[in-house]
Amino acid sequence: MNNVLLVDYGLGNLFNVKRALEHCGAEVRVSADPDEIGQADKILLPGVGAFADGMREIRRLGIDHALRHAAAAGSPLLGICLGMQMLLDESEEYGSSEGLGLISGKVAAIPQTDSDGQALKIPHIGWNELVMPEGRTCWTGSLLSTTAPGTAFYFVHSFMAQPSSPSHRVADCHYGHHAVSAVIARDNVMGCQFHPEKSGEAGLSILRRFIAQ
Amino acid sequence: MALAKRIIPCLDVTAGRVVKGVNFEGLRDAGDPVDIARRYNDEGADELTFLDITASSDDRDLILHVIESVASQVFIPLTVGGGVRRVDDIRRLLNAGADKVSINTSAVTNPDLVREAADRFGSQCIVVAIDAKAVTPENDRWEVFTHGGRNRTGLDAVEWARKMQAYGAGEILLTSMDRDGTKIGFNLSLTRAVSDAVDIPVIASGGVGNLQHLVDGVQQGHADAVLAASIFHFGEYTVREAKLAMQAAGIEVRL
Repeated sequence: MNNVLLVDYGLGNLFNVKRALEHCGAEVRVSADPDEIGQADKILLPGVGAFADGMREIRRLGIDHALRHAAAAGSPLLGICLGMQMLLDESEEYGSSEGLGLISGKVAAIPQTDSDGQALKIPHIGWNELVMPEGRTCWTGSLLSTTAPGTAFYFVHSFMAQPSSPSHRVADCHYGHHAVSAVIARDNVMGCQFHPEKSGEAGLSILRRFIAQ
Repeated sequence: MALAKRIIPCLDVTAGRVVKGVNFEGLRDAGDPVDIARRYNDEGADELTFLDITASSDDRDLILHVIESVASQVFIPLTVGGGVRRVDDIRRLLNAGADKVSINTSAVTNPDLVREAADRFGSQCIVVAIDAKAVTPENDRWEVFTHGGRNRTGLDAVEWARKMQAYGAGEILLTSMDRDGTKIGFNLSLTRAVSDAVDIPVIASGGVGNLQHLVDGVQQGHADAVLAASIFHFGEYTVREAKLAMQAAGIEVRL
């Protein structure tokens, strides 16, 4: 099955994600209908923008319940960038806002200085390479099963996901010597902080693996 | 590697074609935007920037078709600038497939556009383009120019960059008007002054003639990304050669 439901909650880079999914052979349906989302084979939650705005729209449209339902039913769910951050419990972006709570943990600002106290440029924009988080030895069975450590992807963000459980942390990147979550997963719920739809062939290969799940 | 320094080929587009001029004048045809974008992507370009230099407002929508075509075939970040005046212009470019929109003259005439756009679409997709020219013989003070370099604004380029960061710009695209098209290298003093003054990434532009100039832009100009047009369009160097030269100089790049 190569059907992917792309959640349209009014924020973000919907068209470019759609183009990339279609380029990878997916049949894409764009929808904000909770019933459709609740029954979808695979769900992609995109997003660029502010956490509180995204969650407010998702709740207003009743999509939050649908996403929790689909996730509990085992449908593969992939969040990209803000879409990944909203999978967590809460974010400290502009005060505190509640997330979807599908992966336990929170979203915090990227520190404004590196480990030596030098100012870091924020947002973290550009190509950064994926590394194994501390304690992890392989990416077998994950979205990264055929990605080599050290492969670079395109990031644009000022906040970062901090899953409570190290086991949900699949890949990191390093910015100013800080470990920043790049890929997180709990069973069928997955997220990538970078933009696979903007990361050239490396990114498209991740979308192909998601479509093939 | 940590965060890689980026190489960004720039495509000036008018009437659906890529062109390149010298000192903002004397345009030469450089090819089809989609063909060129695809080639740069294959060579490992980190992003692409399109500047719509269309003079007539009748042809404005042509850039939307160009961006749509490129975005359907090339999956790296695309920045589009030129003639952006209203929030609605930005929305249309983003919908067409742009990932970032660069605002130049309108940021000067209406700085609130930058703030509104950053609030609405997020700072990550708002680039403020600054065309700066030295106004002292010592090359230690630079002013912002608009309208493709014709109008002097009286604004200090470094102060302006700081102000645009405060208004919500996510990146600064800094072009040295003295150097653009000259192939004698970036204005490194200008680049360093702006880059050190802001906390957002600075893309250096204007004057690249060889690969050492790209290295200098990062190492001496402190730029986070380097933008070049003619050295790539006319086949003097490939993007990959540029990256290898930067790597050989000890700069982190994506290969």
